[in-house]
Amino acid sequence: MLAEATAHLHAATDVATVEALRVHYLGKKGLLTDQLKHLGSLPSEQRPAFGKLVNDTKETLTVALTARRAELEAQAQAQKLGAEKIDVTLPGRGLRTGGLHPITRTLERLETLFTRMGFDIADGPEVEDDYHNFEALNIPPNHPSRAMHDTFYFDAHRLLRTHTSPVQIRYMEHNKPPLRVIAAGRVYRCDSDVTHTPMFHQIEGLLVDEQVSFADLKGVLGDFLEQFFEQKLKLRLRPSYFPFTEPSAEVDISCVICGAKGCRVCKHTGWLEVLGCGMVHPEVFRHVGIDSERWAGFAFGLGVERLAMLRYGVNDLRLFYENDLRFLQQFR
Amino acid sequence: MKLSEKWLREWVNPRLNTKQLAERLTMAGLEVGAIEPVAPPLDNVVVGEILSVTPHPNAERLRVCEVNTGEKRPRTIVCGAANSAAGLKAPVALPDAKLPGEKTIAETELRGVKSSGMLCSAQDLGLEESSDGLLVLESGAKPGIALTKLLGLDDVALEVDLTPNRGDCLSVAGIARDVAALTGVALKAPKFRRVAVKSRRRMKVVLGAPQDCPVYVGRVIENINPHAVTPLWMKERLRRSGLRAIHPVVDVTNYILLELGQPMHAFDFDKLFGSVHARHARKGEQLTLLDGKQITPEPGTLLIADDRRPLALAGIMGGLDSAVSDSTCHLFLESAHFRPEAIAGRARALGLQTESSQRFERGVDPMLPRIAMERATELLLAIVGGRAGPVIGQASKRHIPAPEPILLRAPRIARILGHNMPAAQVTGILKRLGTKAKPVSDGWRVWPPSYRFDVRREIDLIEEIARVHGYEKFTPSRPRIDMRARPLPESRVAESRLRTVLADRDYQEVITYSFVDPARLRLLDPAVEPLRLANPISADMSVMRTTLWVGLLQTVLYNQNRQLERLRLFELGRRFLPRTDGLAQEPVLAGVVTGPAAAPQWGVPSRAVDFFDAKADVEALLALTGRAQDYRFRTARHPALHPGMTAEILFAGRQTGWVGVLHPELGARLGLTQPAVLFELAIPGIQEGKTPVYRDISRFPAIRRDLAVVVDEMLPAENVLECVARMAGNLLVNLELFDEYRGKGIDSGRKSLALGLTLQDSSRTLKDSEVEALLARVITALETEFGARLRQ
Repeated sequence: MLAEATAHLHAATDVATVEALRVHYLGKKGLLTDQLKHLGSLPSEQRPAFGKLVNDTKETLTVALTARRAELEAQAQAQKLGAEKIDVTLPGRGLRTGGLHPITRTLERLETLFTRMGFDIADGPEVEDDYHNFEALNIPPNHPSRAMHDTFYFDAHRLLRTHTSPVQIRYMEHNKPPLRVIAAGRVYRCDSDVTHTPMFHQIEGLLVDEQVSFADLKGVLGDFLEQFFEQKLKLRLRPSYFPFTEPSAEVDISCVICGAKGCRVCKHTGWLEVLGCGMVHPEVFRHVGIDSERWAGFAFGLGVERLAMLRYGVNDLRLFYENDLRFLQQFR
Repeated sequence: MKLSEKWLREWVNPRLNTKQLAERLTMAGLEVGAIEPVAPPLDNVVVGEILSVTPHPNAERLRVCEVNTGEKRPRTIVCGAANSAAGLKAPVALPDAKLPGEKTIAETELRGVKSSGMLCSAQDLGLEESSDGLLVLESGAKPGIALTKLLGLDDVALEVDLTPNRGDCLSVAGIARDVAALTGVALKAPKFRRVAVKSRRRMKVVLGAPQDCPVYVGRVIENINPHAVTPLWMKERLRRSGLRAIHPVVDVTNYILLELGQPMHAFDFDKLFGSVHARHARKGEQLTLLDGKQITPEPGTLLIADDRRPLALAGIMGGLDSAVSDSTCHLFLESAHFRPEAIAGRARALGLQTESSQRFERGVDPMLPRIAMERATELLLAIVGGRAGPVIGQASKRHIPAPEPILLRAPRIARILGHNMPAAQVTGILKRLGTKAKPVSDGWRVWPPSYRFDVRREIDLIEEIARVHGYEKFTPSRPRIDMRARPLPESRVAESRLRTVLADRDYQEVITYSFVDPARLRLLDPAVEPLRLANPISADMSVMRTTLWVGLLQTVLYNQNRQLERLRLFELGRRFLPRTDGLAQEPVLAGVVTGPAAAPQWGVPSRAVDFFDAKADVEALLALTGRAQDYRFRTARHPALHPGMTAEILFAGRQTGWVGVLHPELGARLGLTQPAVLFELAIPGIQEGKTPVYRDISRFPAIRRDLAVVVDEMLPAENVLECVARMAGNLLVNLELFDEYRGKGIDSGRKSLALGLTLQDSSRTLKDSEVEALLARVITALETEFGARLRQ
């Protein structure tokens, strides 16, 4: 019987057949159960041997059944999973992600760099008055440098700020030194061509303390620029003129595009002009009521578009404001 | 300021090559923006002497010239110039010479006559844009010598981009002075000769506004030669500085302007009546300027006038009817000092920026007029001849700007520059700068030179010392800063966080101009009168935006025209709202979505984006505050939006934004091909968050019950939710609306809302009976308040 059952078991191809075999042999009315029922009719001396035989057979059969069942179940599961196979190379579903404008990306990077150096962030109006945009910055009416500003006016007093420097004034009007602050935002000049857009972005820095010098300014800007471009740079300060700082300087860095070998971007000079800076002019301190005998300060202002173009290799300023998605999506 | 290097080197000649000289100037704040050769390389172009001119046998307009080019035998050259004449010296391009425009000269035959070279005009040689006839060389020029050598054409023009403070460098003398100071090389100013006075003719000069014109030097020169021409050397110098030769007298005054920096003016003496007055304009006076423009100067404008009428806008431009012309016989020359403040702004206001006004408004040395007068006379007599009258000098001493002494403190230099400068070094620099400096304790008393209008206070001197010393010599250092912690308000939602949420929800940030097209703005926001620019770049960028939607929709159109259909854009920036209490320059966050709700993808049916997609994005922004429950969306009307698909967003009862579908008519008028959903939120209204406070999590089981109620179709779901929340009280831990249904099985005019209530107590397990009683109260309230029916 055992041999017969084992053969059946091997032939079984599904769990149901195995179950049927179990019932056939081991069920309440199964063949082995039946045999045990006959136990009573056997002579008593045969009973132990017969009983043992039946029980052994039962156990062997049970083990075989369980094993076969597990085997078939595993097969069935494997088959089922096999049928569920998907193409994992299909793209994922759901919402994609968008991105930030490259100017925002640059501004956030600049703000992070400066706030890590201990600068606060300030803000000021874009529609400014003549006093904050010019006069308090030591640019009186008719000053020749006003001609360089190409100002948008609303009326005799109101204008669109031509630089972020008025934020310096507003900040110093409301805060007492020592001060460390940056201000970023939109500025406007009445100029539009290949290299000028009538709106652009600046970031302005101001540091006022009892002991701060032109040499410190040089150090701070050098550190900042190297971190921004993530490379060693040569720095060059060239004397310049801004009515609100003195001494004033234009800052050049060794060209980040060609490594100062000379290229179209640096006009084959190896140098890139990146920002303007200087020591806060005593006249500016006078306008905001800060004692220039006790306090000294430096200020700097830089064009965000210029830095973004250098950093990302953008070769046309106007791209920033065309808002062509094929351009913008490159900066996500 | 553009100038010839050779000219500069006549004044100061440091041992630096051109590049090094330019570098030194640039590094001292006199930025050399360009270095340009003054002429192309003119190899094989030599001085020729025309020996004879005969008519061409076969061409009426050509002539055959025999030209001595310093060779054994004269050359035969065919030439068409009208001024070719025997005895004339002119440049000859020999065979193989290369002229501008890729032109190579070769022996050739012109209408049967052999021509071995070319007689050249200034234009042929690239010296002028256009010219008439052969370039006439000086009669003493030796035939055969290279033209480059004769005219010094192996020269460059340095373009120095001067900052507005350096008016003193708007001349060869000025730049030379600075080069001398920077390099320590001595200035070798050319020697000027004083001419003898040979005429007694004078002109009375009256200083009618001595505060604005404290110095006026005049002189009459009689009997000049009206046919004189400007010598080539002077024309060349003017040309290399970017000025054109006009008339010998004007050329001389321009030459003085370039050489010394003193603007001068020459009047036709015969056109003047009585005396010359430097006075302020009177009301209604008129003047026709040299350029033909007629002006009525504002009263108070400084004028030069005679007894009858205004003659010139002082320091800016001369008048037409007293100007020097080809028929002028006698001159009256002016060399004056005008106070910078009297000139500044005037020229720009009149739209007249001249070489003269540019110098006077920055400040011209008040000691210069007399020197310039002598120098101009010397040159004029040499060029146009005539007899010079006596110098007429009028000066109001007390009005002449005199530099006040400045106290320069040594410790202050060290403190500002962060660099210790030895006293001897400072003294040396002060001397080189032309100042008079007297040592005092711990510093100097310094008298700046009369030409430095930009050196008025201690900081100006410190800047000059740093500049001459060289910025590159300062060792970078770091400021020692005070390390106090600064405020970091946790409850405030940062703008960068708002941006990130939208970017992560598949929006692309854009930045659009703050000034927009008034017509488009009127369509979107007709109620507000925007702030208007007085001088816009163009009409479509002439008003300040009162909503960001203008720029966003324009960006949608731009990209739609480039086959991009699905657009999700946002911008964070200010809008400018004129209000009775002033202009509000409020930062706002605005967005637009259009096209399919999701990017095309497999297994998801495509559908157009709708109001609720955008609303979910807005809700995600509001959720950042942790105060979502403080915001409400209320049905509203907005002129730009669909009347039935518009909500205003309220924060604590105050309107803080809008979300809605663009009005279809507007969309069509703007040229949009698909519906668009817009939102705009005032940043201050979505920034006030709160710092989280922990509440215990209940350990007892929550019970969920769903309800479906049928209510009037027009009833806002919000009212139902509010009622349920009110009736369920504290046990309600979550309430969601998970379905809205109209149609089959529901009476028309009504809708079914399916609500899920989650109830939980923090201290015990809720009993079924309690829950049932609570639900019954909720249902009763819905029935009585809204006539709701429980849906079966």
